[in-house]
Amino acid sequence: MNTQGNDTLVSVDGVEKIFHRGAEEIHVLSNLQLRVPSGEFLALMGPSGSGKSTLLNLIGGLDRPTRGTVSVAGERLDQLSDHRLAAWRARHVGFVFQLYNLMPMLTAERNVELPLLLTHLSKAERSQHVKAALAMVGLSHRERHYPRTLSGGEQQRVGIARGIVTDPTLLLCDEPTGDLDRKAGDEILNLLQGLNREHGKTIIMVTHDPHASARAARTVHLDKGQLSNEPVK
Amino acid sequence: MAGPINWLSQVGSITKFGLMSIPQRRGAATATIIGIAGVVAVLVGVLSIAAGFKQAMTVSGSPDAAIVLRSGADSEMVSGLGREATRVIADSPGVARTAQGPLASAELFVIINLPKRSTGTDANVPLRGVEAAALQVRDNVRIIQGRLFEWGKNEVIVGSGAAREFGGLDVGSTLKVGRYEWPIVGIFSANGGVSESEIWSDARVLQDAYNRGDSFQSVYVRLNSPGAFQAFKDSLTTNPQLSVKVVRQSEYYAEQSETITRLITTLGFLIAFLMAIGAVFGALNTMYSAVAARTREIATLRALGFGGGAVVVSLMIESLLLALAGGLLGGGLAYLAFNNFHTSTMNWQSFSQVTFAFRVTPELLVRGIAWSAMIGVIGGLFPAIRAARSPIAAALREL
Ligand SMILES: Nc1ncnc2c1ncn2[C@@H]1O[C@H](COP(=O)(O)OP(=O)(O)OP(=O)(O)O)[C@@H](O)[C@H]1O
Ligand SMILES: [Mg+2]
Repeated sequence: MNTQGNDTLVSVDGVEKIFHRGAEEIHVLSNLQLRVPSGEFLALMGPSGSGKSTLLNLIGGLDRPTRGTVSVAGERLDQLSDHRLAAWRARHVGFVFQLYNLMPMLTAERNVELPLLLTHLSKAERSQHVKAALAMVGLSHRERHYPRTLSGGEQQRVGIARGIVTDPTLLLCDEPTGDLDRKAGDEILNLLQGLNREHGKTIIMVTHDPHASARAARTVHLDKGQLSNEPVK
Repeated sequence: MAGPINWLSQVGSITKFGLMSIPQRRGAATATIIGIAGVVAVLVGVLSIAAGFKQAMTVSGSPDAAIVLRSGADSEMVSGLGREATRVIADSPGVARTAQGPLASAELFVIINLPKRSTGTDANVPLRGVEAAALQVRDNVRIIQGRLFEWGKNEVIVGSGAAREFGGLDVGSTLKVGRYEWPIVGIFSANGGVSESEIWSDARVLQDAYNRGDSFQSVYVRLNSPGAFQAFKDSLTTNPQLSVKVVRQSEYYAEQSETITRLITTLGFLIAFLMAIGAVFGALNTMYSAVAARTREIATLRALGFGGGAVVVSLMIESLLLALAGGLLGGGLAYLAFNNFHTSTMNWQSFSQVTFAFRVTPELLVRGIAWSAMIGVIGGLFPAIRAARSPIAAALREL
């Protein structure tokens, strides 16, 4: 149970991100600051192309800032080698993708097991963790199903189970309800909210949908490379 | 955390996922496998010709047997020896003897034309006149049907290869050459050696039939031991009455087979090499499309913490396995199609036909499979590196 969330888990300082497309420079983030305390459920909103995914990727160690620092739980991600970063991700972050990104040739339980293959857990221990994660998302009865036989909402729940199965420090969701109808989306949001409230998971969720961001404890808005607490019109 | 065991299990998992996704890419995968199978089949097939030819030529000669020719002659064709010389040779030190005398056979041959069974066209066949020791100075010569010709009679025995390749050479029938008729009284085998491509008669009878007087072309001898060769050779080459060349049978045949073996081998490698280049592009294409089709999968695995190195190795293994499947298929096909395939060809040193069987040896199969592995590794390397190098965030954006 998480009662207190004062210690900063994520801190992004003076971050700039520039992409290059041919000779063109795309300035996506500029001198951006963000602090996320442990145990927070944060929604990240902003117009399309504003750099929400880019920021989430920096926090998740999938990309590096052009300038500035990104620290998670005291680790300077911008300074880790690719190799160390991969190991760090395996241990500390769970990702939930808009299009679920499940392996089509694997059953739900095998998909959920994937991140555990990077740990030293025995087969029996892995299977225990997988069962617990699937139970948490309410899919115990679907463990032997392949993704194509599951609904979008069910696939996303498998995605969330995979994201939490290693009990990561941080759960990062990029438009987790973006491809779902309202009802399925609500179920996913209930789940995320439950994970945050009852299990103390720190969650950062990118979304377009005000309905979704309403579930978060705090919402920040990204526009023109900067964050603000108010939606920019 | 990321110990070697862990790394291996990463490689294992990613490889497994790749192989599991092959059915979705079966078109490209099948094309690659077949392309590589083609390369290996051609390589192994062509080299089996060389191996078979070489085998036919080398089983013919044993190290404790020698051939004596006129000095300066590269083959029996251009050699000539008088009766007196052949006697001196037979009585030289080192020549094995039995109660019947020295194991030496003075021989001559003429070339006759016979129609090939397969094409109906005429080809050259050696008709060889031999002496009584002929069966002992060569290894493994056996009468397998009928009997030996009678000495002094114009009868012949036919090598099993010649009997197979040319029409009308059955026991009981008659071989007509020019004015002469030679009843065929037996078939002999020589363990696949060159003699099998020949027809034998009594040397004396052949000399008469072809007005050769008392001249021969070569003397085949069996030595007391392989080590006796040098003394035998020295005694002949230092004898001022003689002007001869002495070679071990095994070396003589190896030399005879060299030109053709080298030609076939070079040709085989050339063709296989050109095809292999094509197959490498096929494998590259398959693996690039595999990588493209799995961009998001691979990016997802890497996002979850699977390492880039493990991705490279797994994709290489996948490519290697596809290629090996092709290699095994090609080797198998070559074996089924070519092993023991009987044919005959011109032996350029004797201007006559040598019958032999293609030989798909284990060595050739290993070589073919090694080629397929190489094609797989080359074809997998660049796509694998691309997959592991592409930025994860960018790859995740792709749908
Ligand atoms: N790898 C890349 N190379 C070049 N440009 C990129 C790359 N990644 C992102 N961009 C550009 O950076 C900008 C921000 O992209 P990002 O995906 O972060 O936006 P977003 O806010 O998540 O948008 P959306 O709501 O559409 O998902 C866009 O203009 C995009 O084209
Ligand atoms: Mg986005």
